[in-house]
Amino acid sequence: MPTFTINGISVDVPERTTVLEAAKTVGIEIPHYCYHPKLSIAGNCRMCLVEVEKFPKLQIACNTFVTDGMVVKSNTEKVRQAVTGVLEFLLINHPIDCPICDQAGECGLQIYYMKYGLHKSRYAFEDKVHKKKVQDIGGQIILDAERCILCSRCIRFLEEVTGTSELEFFQRGDHSEISLFPGRPLDNQYTGNLADICPVGALTSKDFRFKCRVWNLRGAKSICPGCANGCNVEAHFKENILYRLVPRQNDEVNQTWMCDPGRLEYKKANEGRLLTPAVREHGGLKAEAWEAALSAVAFRFWETVEKNGSESVAVIASPAFSNEELYLTRKLADEVLRTPNLGFSPRTSGDGFSDDFLIKPDKNPNTQGAKLLGFSEEKFEDIVRKISDGKVKALLVFGNEIADFSEEKTGELLAGVPFVVQIGTNEGSVFRAAHAILPSASFVERGGTFTNHAGRVQRFWMGFPPRGNARSGIEIITGLANRLGAGWKFAGEASVFRAIAQSEAPFAGMSYESLGEQGQMAGGKG
Amino acid sequence: MVIGVKKVARPRKMSGGESLYLLEILKGLGVTMGHLLRNIRHQENIATMEYPEVRRVMPPRFRGLHRLMKRPDGTPRCVACFCCSTACPAVCITIVAGESPDPSIEKYPVRFDIDMLRCVFCGHCVEACPCDAIRMDTGWFTPAEHTREKLIYTIDMLLEK
Repeated sequence: MPTFTINGISVDVPERTTVLEAAKTVGIEIPHYCYHPKLSIAGNCRMCLVEVEKFPKLQIACNTFVTDGMVVKSNTEKVRQAVTGVLEFLLINHPIDCPICDQAGECGLQIYYMKYGLHKSRYAFEDKVHKKKVQDIGGQIILDAERCILCSRCIRFLEEVTGTSELEFFQRGDHSEISLFPGRPLDNQYTGNLADICPVGALTSKDFRFKCRVWNLRGAKSICPGCANGCNVEAHFKENILYRLVPRQNDEVNQTWMCDPGRLEYKKANEGRLLTPAVREHGGLKAEAWEAALSAVAFRFWETVEKNGSESVAVIASPAFSNEELYLTRKLADEVLRTPNLGFSPRTSGDGFSDDFLIKPDKNPNTQGAKLLGFSEEKFEDIVRKISDGKVKALLVFGNEIADFSEEKTGELLAGVPFVVQIGTNEGSVFRAAHAILPSASFVERGGTFTNHAGRVQRFWMGFPPRGNARSGIEIITGLANRLGAGWKFAGEASVFRAIAQSEAPFAGMSYESLGEQGQMAGGKG
Repeated sequence: MVIGVKKVARPRKMSGGESLYLLEILKGLGVTMGHLLRNIRHQENIATMEYPEVRRVMPPRFRGLHRLMKRPDGTPRCVACFCCSTACPAVCITIVAGESPDPSIEKYPVRFDIDMLRCVFCGHCVEACPCDAIRMDTGWFTPAEHTREKLIYTIDMLLEK
């Protein structure tokens, strides 16, 4: 292990560590644009210049490997002058249209200008080379060639990560720009990452375009609910509107990437939401207070069990709910309703598109969690058969759709049940057939854990309280159970997870503290 | 505890003539008539004004109601950068940005509302604006309205001023 000194701090780092990464380990940030930890090293932005002892010239920290006894200085006047000079060069042809640029607020140029630049422009606006602005280059991306600093992160991403190589440098000198090959727009499922890795406003998101300024957004650490991969994301919201999902680094799951369909998952938290508990009366839905709705539902279930036995009630769980909520669902069915009819289905409508990178065919975030908590698909088929035979008199459905059933099939199936209760987030086929609606919180409105396809248990945090009158699944299930005489005393997701860790073998020994931000494998697999 | 007793001097009993107040009334009328005659003679010195028909000339730096500036072609100068709403301490500016139909302009305000009931007339929005699109030089202060809704000024109202 070579010993290396930066600004007087000595540290041991592994072989083949770059100066930039080594500096990061002692908390020293070296400015850079083209370097990205998950891409190859290009070394073309020249922002990361540092002084290395016994080298006649300044070296780029991103492509200089640490050797034993190396002494590096990143805070000298010489380095500062060099970085300021590089930044002035990068800004020569920049249009400085920050007021209308979506990158403003999280732009590398703005950050380093405030830190190293603060110079007056010596270049008249008329002398700047103008390039094409607002180009729709396909996928989720808008290209503004003028703002580009030619760091080549996007080119390397498309070459090394997606392997599609749609973007390339064209022209020479001042007129260099990134562009597409004629007739070949961006064509992959990971274009949204280009907006994230672009350090300036050259590549921005089409979906987020002009929606909100980034300094107004607050973030919550979350998990993408779009598929079983469980990509770590940051959910960005303002007040109670979710604006975008951006990837959060987790080298075990998604590195620093996420897919395009996943980025659009945020819309479900904003549109078509169920916001108030409702009970169907004379064909129409009537909004109810929570207490009244919960009592009405609990009473119907109690009545059905009393009259027809516990075989006549059924619970269809959903793998879109968290481990905590699924655990309570099972507890409700086993201990309170005492019914054997408890099942779930991971099937979803849609094309089930998948690839060998991040997109999984299973479009539920927590199928693995449901399986580990003892939910079975055979039981689901069993319940569907019983419903068709008219044996189920009261049904509790979690989620917005039942398996991959079409609208008509769901309607036909549920028409045979005298009392259907939905606990779900959005309007869907179940909503149109249910007799009582108990609206639950979306993924950013509550905390909990999901277990991804590989069995990694990952936490997601609450960003803002549930919209409208919705409540978290834990509150709803506990409310129902306690009205049926259970006497549960769960306060929040943490207490439920403690109970899971105590009684469920795959989750043994886990706690929210041990899960941390990166998650932990279920069943003690590392 | 002993409570102290204080003798208060009672006013002198008025005589019959005094209790009629005749002389004092005439004195008072004299003052009023004096003012009346003086105001008729020197009308430029009258302090009150017939607002809103007549308006006081405000000093040039007075911060009145906002107005939005236009480009020569009549479109709003505002590019919806949100700098004013970010600077606003009263959170009274609501902007919704959109893609401009004019290809030479990227971003423009689809909605630009100022809630005059919330505005504290601090002028930070004017300071923050990078394109001199908002000014507070109308010289008007908040007028009275019959409903609250009328005091939420929309982009069209702000462009007209």
